[in-house]
Amino acid sequence: MSLDTKAAKIDRLAELTAKQETSTGASLWVEAYRRLRTSKMALIGAVVIGLFVVLAVVGPWVAPHDPTQMWRGEVFRNRGIFVGPRDGNWFGLDQLGRDEFSRMLVGARQTLMVGVVATLLGLTVGAILGGLSGAALTLGGNTGRKVDTVIMRVIDMMLAMPSLLLAVSIAAVLGQSLTTVMIAVGVVQIPIFARLLRGAMLAQGGADYVLAAKALGVRKRRIVFSQILPNSLSPVIVQATLCLATAIIEAAALSYLGLGNPNPATPEWGVMLAESQAFFDDAPMLAVYPAVGIIITALGFTLLGEAMREALDPKLRS
Amino acid sequence: MLRLVIRRLLQLIPTLAGLSILLFLWVHRLPGGPAAAMLGERATAESKARIEEQLGLDKPVMEQYWLFLQRIVQGDLGTSSQTGQPVLDELLLRFPATVELALSAMLLAVVVGIPLGYFAARRRGGWLDVAAVSGSLLGICIPVFFLAFLLRALFAVNLGWFPAGGRQETGMNATEVTGFYVLDGLLTGELDAAWGAINHLALPAIALASIPLAIVVRMTRASVLEVLGEDYIRTAESKGLNKSVVRIRHVLRNALLPIVTAIGLLTGGLLSGAVLTESVFSFGGIGSFLKDAIDNRDYPVLTGFIMFIAATFVIINLLVDVAYSLIDPRVRVH
Amino acid sequence: MRKTRSRVARTLAAALAVGVIATGCASERGDDNGDKPFVFGAAGDPDSLDPSISSDGETFRVTRQSFEALIEHEPGGTEFSPGLATKWSSNKDATEWTFDLKKDVEFHDGEKFNADAVCANYDRWYNWTGTYQSDLLSYYWQKVFGGFKKNENDSLPASNYVGCEAKDEHTAVIKVKKATANLPGGFSLQAMAIHSPKAIEKYEKENASGSGDAISRPKYTQEAGTVAGTGPFEVEKWNKGNKEITLKKFDGYHGDKAKTDTLVFRTIDTEDGRKQALESGGIQGYDLVAPGDVASLEKEGFQVPVRKVFNLFYVGMAQEKNPALKDKKVRQAVSQAIDRQNIVDTQLPEGGKIASQFVPDTIEGYSDKVPEIKHDPENAKKLLKEAGEENLTVDFCYPTEVTRPYMPAPKDMYQIMQKDLENVGIKVKTHPMKWNPTYSDSVRDGKCGLYLLGWTGDFNDAYNFLGTWFAEPLKEWGFKDKKVFDAVKDSGSEPDLEKRVELYKKANEVVMDYLPGLPVSSSPPSIAFGKDVNPPKVSPLTQENFAEASFK
Repeated sequence: MSLDTKAAKIDRLAELTAKQETSTGASLWVEAYRRLRTSKMALIGAVVIGLFVVLAVVGPWVAPHDPTQMWRGEVFRNRGIFVGPRDGNWFGLDQLGRDEFSRMLVGARQTLMVGVVATLLGLTVGAILGGLSGAALTLGGNTGRKVDTVIMRVIDMMLAMPSLLLAVSIAAVLGQSLTTVMIAVGVVQIPIFARLLRGAMLAQGGADYVLAAKALGVRKRRIVFSQILPNSLSPVIVQATLCLATAIIEAAALSYLGLGNPNPATPEWGVMLAESQAFFDDAPMLAVYPAVGIIITALGFTLLGEAMREALDPKLRS
Repeated sequence: MLRLVIRRLLQLIPTLAGLSILLFLWVHRLPGGPAAAMLGERATAESKARIEEQLGLDKPVMEQYWLFLQRIVQGDLGTSSQTGQPVLDELLLRFPATVELALSAMLLAVVVGIPLGYFAARRRGGWLDVAAVSGSLLGICIPVFFLAFLLRALFAVNLGWFPAGGRQETGMNATEVTGFYVLDGLLTGELDAAWGAINHLALPAIALASIPLAIVVRMTRASVLEVLGEDYIRTAESKGLNKSVVRIRHVLRNALLPIVTAIGLLTGGLLSGAVLTESVFSFGGIGSFLKDAIDNRDYPVLTGFIMFIAATFVIINLLVDVAYSLIDPRVRVH
Repeated sequence: MRKTRSRVARTLAAALAVGVIATGCASERGDDNGDKPFVFGAAGDPDSLDPSISSDGETFRVTRQSFEALIEHEPGGTEFSPGLATKWSSNKDATEWTFDLKKDVEFHDGEKFNADAVCANYDRWYNWTGTYQSDLLSYYWQKVFGGFKKNENDSLPASNYVGCEAKDEHTAVIKVKKATANLPGGFSLQAMAIHSPKAIEKYEKENASGSGDAISRPKYTQEAGTVAGTGPFEVEKWNKGNKEITLKKFDGYHGDKAKTDTLVFRTIDTEDGRKQALESGGIQGYDLVAPGDVASLEKEGFQVPVRKVFNLFYVGMAQEKNPALKDKKVRQAVSQAIDRQNIVDTQLPEGGKIASQFVPDTIEGYSDKVPEIKHDPENAKKLLKEAGEENLTVDFCYPTEVTRPYMPAPKDMYQIMQKDLENVGIKVKTHPMKWNPTYSDSVRDGKCGLYLLGWTGDFNDAYNFLGTWFAEPLKEWGFKDKKVFDAVKDSGSEPDLEKRVELYKKANEVVMDYLPGLPVSSSPPSIAFGKDVNPPKVSPLTQENFAEASFK
């Protein structure tokens, strides 16, 4: 999903979850989990993700072949001769005569790693910025408002930048590497998390239990860090699930633009998909495997994320 | 209304100032420094030295920044290292193509997405709803460049319904007025040219619309569902108002607010998508120029483009705000 | 609300009406001559409409249709043929070249072609100053004639050009200081094509008003209207937004007139994009066909003529970057580790073969006496051991997002070689780079230990290959072996053709005995055309003349 779009939803989601929490208090998570368990969407999502994670973790060990090993004298790309699925090479051989199945398995880890590291980066930095902003605003005072304004201006600017361009700019300074891809995709997510957390914290600020704590004379700082902040994290977690899907697709787009992992021997789904378009007519399946891999995985994360969001959103319940 | 516009414009100043600082820092962090960013990596040592003096690289940082700002405000974005032409000219030349494409994609997303989302919400759980929801999920999860590739392979090569790339039939020899080909065709009465341009727009616009369409469907559906549950709808219905009046005046209008916001915010994403779609369809707009610039490390173009985007973003958000106040009178008050 | 909406609508309508009136949007379309344009899919945008300040194949493909040089090449071959000069000869020392010029030749702008026009062109290049002395703009002039009248950069060599003289209306004499194998080939380069003197005057004016700081090509090179040559087509329009250049048939052409009225070059960046555009009928032909697509295109009924072999693909080795490569045993080990046959079999188009030396076997001066390098991983390991380099690590660069006529899939070929090298125990560090400018610059500056590169000949002389690499020490090789340079330089300055060929053979043997890098292959690149067209004769030098092309 495009990141910018989310901005609108972000605030709404933050508001909604926060509202819900005020009315039901701690039982929210229990309630949400109960609803999540009965949701088909969540089940499918969870199964897909589970499978994917297992593949990514054990893939390199269970792969039947070394993903860089080449079967010589069988694939002739220059004459359009490819080797399809067969015994020992379940997905056939790729354009250089390497075992496609093993490459898919090993590639799953790369893909997951990019997604997870990028999202963690976006989440951490975004949460710090958003938390700081929200805390400053809740703690009040002129300084607080100024801190908030400055941070939010930066965040708005980041939202304005097309994600690919941001990634390219980062790649230009850091040079081309897998780390660059992760940073680029991660940075793009920072503003989403920042806005989200800030919004949730502001909504929590008006909640009854916060007002009660204030009335009891609890120190503001303590309220912010031990009450508001922990209670505002749920939308962030939902978003993280959704962002994993985005990260995987964005990383594929970067690979397509030639900004991905520089070592072509390392298999990665995005690169495999981008490369295979050149010989799509001769070997369409070599595009289908990574494409299906990317789509299914992204779908898994999206489904689970959406299900979590619905479970937390009272208005969308029928 | 005027005050609103002015206030929003004033609010943008700090945003733009911040962006210019970030840009300034970025240019200075580039391999080769700002001179390379202005001239490209292959500039001769003498011209680099000259530019460095012109940029005041020996002066204090604040002064450098001030010079940088002045250049940008004057529209001096440097010279493209690929074509050797001023970046601003190159961008303006390609701007209409991208705007035309982005607008078509947006139009498609809105015209198809809002009714689809609305009807999906009205018959929640029906086949249309299921189809709309799963379709939009797929639209979000399929990489744009792959979708574009598939569309081209299927509809252009196999079925031959649409051209495989470009903006206009070669040899159409259409009169150019604004650079927006469909509009030009209509303005000059060259209807065949307009039709040709629409034909060329179809596939790229569908590819580019995949994400916005998915989002518009989902947002419309969600906000219609929300509005349907509100008391005033029930009140309106129970007081026996005409059903279509209720639907259009109350349901749709109230549901539109968040959608309009989302559309404004979609612009950035559209431009990312345009880089990919235009390069698949060799569409010749800013997107494919940007892809070339990325390939060739044409930093002047990249820097110029960032400023350009900032300006576009500003304008679009302004328009969104205005649209907002037209739809919702409440906004005008605060 | 309803009021607002109608007001908006009315305003919009009014604005539109005003727009229509203000711009006077009448159709300005001329009479359609009804002829279908011949559209060719190019791989990249040209950088200039003036070929003298370019060194890029995509640029020359376009300008070649509207500019001609003194000497041309026979259609579909590598032999010289009359261009704007009907005859040419040199004195015994090959320092004075006399051209008998074709009569009744007219430039696109109506000017007459004569000896003064020839001299105006050569003097223009010789007198270039400032930015024009950058090899970005004057690459080919520098390659053939060295420097300029007043060199502004110490690294430029003294010019070999002496002057041009108009003996009479139709005889021009060009003098150089020393004999060079770059002539007469240099006279056939597209960069040395002849422009109308009137156009040149206009060029100078625009240049004067241009900014001198950035390497910025003057405006006349970016839009049709100013450039004027003598070719069968004249440039009508360059629509950059659409990535299209339109050329119109030049009715006053002095030779066989073009068979199509309109020729269009449309840029389509990707290989699959060009292929699909051809298949869907949007274009009538494209270049740089992937070898794997040849068979399927032919099966679908498309015409895929094959050019004759006239290129060389090699693995370069930069000894300064990786001192281990200074040891010949290490260079031999690398050479024997790489399975060139496998690359030829699986990556190159049919008809490709292993190269034994740094010239293709289709050129005079190719030596049969160069010993074959066998693929022998075991021996390679042994050689590395003998050299004490069992833990050798190399930086290996390859270009991304590009295919060249001699190198269809750089990334795949790189991966095969990477695996080959790893199989003999060499550790490979991968450095992918964008072709332009990063890759070319890094290679030229000797920043890549190993790299992939190649060359398509500009004209039929071995010096166009050997002289490019081994006439003097270059950072991209990083060696200073006098024997190699002397052998190449001596052959290049021999005025007698027969003697020169013998010297080339010897030079090839000397070079391969030293083994500066590994020649990999020579292969015939393909070009594809639609079913309904008569394609032009394809040229080994990639110099197709589209005036020959027509619809069936």
